[in-house]
Parts: sequence; structure tokens; C-alpha cells
Amino acid sequence: MYNFEIITSAIDHFLHSVMPAQLAVITECVLIAVCTLVAYVAFAIVMIFMERKVCAAFQCRLGPTRVGFWGLLQVFADVFKMLIKEIISINNSDSLLYRLAPYLVVLSSILTFSCLPFDKGLQVLDFNVGVFFLMAASSFGVLGILLAGWSSNNKFSMIGAMRSGAQMISYELSIGLCMLTMVVLSGTMQISEIVEQQVDGWFIFKGHLPAVVAFIIYLIAGNAETNRAPFDLPEAESELTAGYHTEYSGMHFGFFYVAEFMNLFIVAGIASTLFLGGWTPLYIKGFDSFNAIMDYIPGIVWFLGKTFFLIWVLMWFRWTFPRLRVDHVPTLEWKYMVPIGLVNLLIMTICVVMNWIF
Amino acid sequence: MEETTNIIIFGILSLLMVAAAVAAVISSKIMRAATYLLFVLFGTAGIYFSLFYTFLGAAQITVYAGGIVVLFVFAILLIGKGSVDITHTSKLRYLAGLATSAAGLSLTIYLIRSTSFVTGKFSSAGVSMEKLGNTIMGTDKYNFVLTFEVLSILLLACMVGAILIARKK
Repeated sequence: MYNFEIITSAIDHFLHSVMPAQLAVITECVLIAVCTLVAYVAFAIVMIFMERKVCAAFQCRLGPTRVGFWGLLQVFADVFKMLIKEIISINNSDSLLYRLAPYLVVLSSILTFSCLPFDKGLQVLDFNVGVFFLMAASSFGVLGILLAGWSSNNKFSMIGAMRSGAQMISYELSIGLCMLTMVVLSGTMQISEIVEQQVDGWFIFKGHLPAVVAFIIYLIAGNAETNRAPFDLPEAESELTAGYHTEYSGMHFGFFYVAEFMNLFIVAGIASTLFLGGWTPLYIKGFDSFNAIMDYIPGIVWFLGKTFFLIWVLMWFRWTFPRLRVDHVPTLEWKYMVPIGLVNLLIMTICVVMNWIF
Repeated sequence: MEETTNIIIFGILSLLMVAAAVAAVISSKIMRAATYLLFVLFGTAGIYFSLFYTFLGAAQITVYAGGIVVLFVFAILLIGKGSVDITHTSKLRYLAGLATSAAGLSLTIYLIRSTSFVTGKFSSAGVSMEKLGNTIMGTDKYNFVLTFEVLSILLLACMVGAILIARKK
């Protein structure tokens, strides 16, 4: 098995050998921050390109083809366009909150992103309350959306923000219940340890029925949490133009856009961590040579492979199902998913107590 | 070396908290006051994290930043007074506010001066989740199962009350 800690500890030793300890720690903090931000933006660019191609494939189109080979430079052109666009300020609105809102959304998203375990030892934040911290970090993004809608001084933005707030707060409950189900199975909240326990079998196989139910509920609730179709009522373009970010332009709109895409990546990443084993390879009992070959694939490839597979599934959702009616969104959550989630949590607890898990 | 870093971080966090708290009190727009309050709560969570109280820090962010402040914002939005400036207040209110804050300040100073603080190192491992869970749900001495149950009944009563008020006839 690869262990990424060899590289990180080598960098740590090198920095400690050339500068005083305090400076080394500060340098490491800056390095980690830069790496996280670069990874965040790089994944966002990959996902925007992927969304266009996947959407095109589902609609029997080709997608972007003109800028660069196979349209590969299209996203870079779009990012450049967004960077040089003017940021428009609005009359009669609270300009401080208007400017602050996109940063709150992005901050929440980056904090959650840094909890993801990309490989063994390649994880920025790894607390003993990891899963709880993850919920905490993702919980204040909704505040940025509410502030954005209110400070835009626009009725449609306000309606979009209220819809988004109500939807995100209620679907967070289902996400929390699914995470709790997996915490009951693993017996720990530390993310690195949760992944470590799945080396001899992913949780979706170990936890059989309750784990599969939790996985499906998590995917539905995660899709609603990112405000993407079929749950994109907050930005329903036919009724609300673009919902809470109608009035935003330039990079301020870009922050909302990138945060939305990265929230999709985070949802898929957490699903692959909790259910599909994170960076752990696939083992089949008795197939020793097969297992040995699987060991040669690095953990980060496993993690990104699983994550991008789940992203593809979620994009498939998006381009297949029509938008829900506004009263069906809370009905689905409060009358179906929360009761199922609670019963599922109980079943999982019984399974763990009776030792009916593999 | 480590202590100076800790002091610098504490200084930054406490400056942020004091500035945000003052701004929350003197701001004339209620929506801005709620946002400044958010930064005070973030600062508190930061201090918990620097003491390795990760559970308390995460709870602070979930309950206060992600729960209470969102609730405040929702309430302000539903009342529809978010953009109203609070400009005129009576003299009596100024005096009452001044007296209350002076009393609060003197009480805080008295408490800080009279308490003997425990000094010592914090373990960077923090408190394990298992110990926390056993303490919250345990029935032994210094365990909190009764508090936990009473709190859940209180929250249930609040929810039933809210549904009763919101229910259509």
C-alpha cells in the first residue's frame, strides 16, 4: 500500500532543517492553503468541462468542440471571460452584505473540501470529530445564500434565497441521519479511521441493506443540498431568472458557480468516503492475484475514480429528471426521507448490536 | 516558541471578536448586526479549536453559526424589517443601556479577578468522542443523562408549540 505521509513528512523535515520551527509551521500552513485552493479550482474546471460533455452526451449533442482540441480550452476561456468582467454594484442595497455573501458560500465549501481524504495521509483536516465538523462546515453556506438573496434588493432573488434556505436546512437533516448511520457502523467519527476500516470491505458491502438505503438517501439529499436539478427550484430559470445570484456579475457570480460545482464534488467525495471505501482498493476474498494487482493502483486514483463515477451518476440524475414542484420538495424530505432515515438508523443499530454485519 | 504562536492566534481571534461584537451592537441595520454576530461566533469557535476542543468548536459552528444565526436571518426576513434603520432612540434607553453594560462589565471584571484559573497543557489529541458520548449519556456521578433528557423534552415542547401556532384552523 502507498502512504502519502512519506512525501508530506519529507517536506516537513526539509522545512525544519532550513528554517526555525515557527517559520516552518507558517510556511507549511501557507503551502497547504495554496495547494488546497489550487486543487479546489482545478477540480472545479474539470467538473465544468465534464458537466458540458455529459450534458451534451445525454442530449445527443457534441458539446463544446471549437476552442482547443475537443473543446478542452473552452472552460479556460470562460474563466478568463469571468475574471475580466465588471463587478456591478446595486443601488439601494446593503453593499457590504452584498459583497460578503459569495465569500461566505465559498468559505463553507472550501472548509468542507479540506476534510476529504484523497489518499492515505493526504488529508488537510482530520479531527476526531471529523464527520461532525464536516456537517458544521457545510451548515453555514446557506447563510451566504440568504444574505445574497436579501442584499440583492430583488424580489426574485429573495424568493430564490428563501426556497434555497428552506430546502438546504431540511435536506441537511437527511444527510446527517445517513452520516450517523455510517458512524454507528464504523464506531468512529474520524474520517481517516472510517476509511481505514474499509480496507477489508467497503461499508456498502459490510453494512448490506441499511448501508444501501442510507447510500440512496444520501445521494438524493446531497443532490438537493447542492441546489441542482431536479432540486433547482432556488434558481428556476423560467420563473426566477437565476434565483439568489441573479444580480451578481463577474467573479462574484463565479464564486457561486464554482461553489455549486464543488459542492457536487464534495457530496460525491463524502459518499465515496463513507460508503465506497475512499482510497481503499477493491478486494475480492480468495482472488489473491487480483487483490495484488488492485494494490498497485494508487489510492488517489481509487478515490478520484469513485468520486467521479458518483459525480457522473448525479449528472445523469440532473439531465434525466424534470424539476420537482415546489410543494413536493418538503413533502419528499419530511414525509418520506426523514422517517425512512430514522428507521434505517434503528435497523443499522440493531444490526451492529446483533453483529449481523460482515 | 509554540506559546508565542498561540498568543498571536489568540490575539487575532479576540481582536476579531471584540471588533465584531462592538460592530454588532452599534450597527443601525439589524441584518448587518446579525452578520457581525456570526463573526463573533466564528471567533469563539476558533478559540475552541486552538484549545483542541474540536467537538465544542464544531458544535459552536453547527448550532450557532449554522442554526441560530440562520434562524435570526429567517426571522428578520419574515418580519420584513431588514432594511429599516434604527436611528432615533430615547434618552432613557441610552441611560438604561449604559447602566446595564456598566453592571455587566464590572461583574465580568470581578469574576475574572476573583477566579483562580487552572493552568496547564492541553493534550493535542483532544477529548475522544467515545468519552464525550459516555459522559453525555452516562448515569454515574458527573454524567449528564438527566440534563440531556430534560433538554430533549424542552425542545419537543418548543416544536409542539411552534406547530400549534403555525397550524391552520
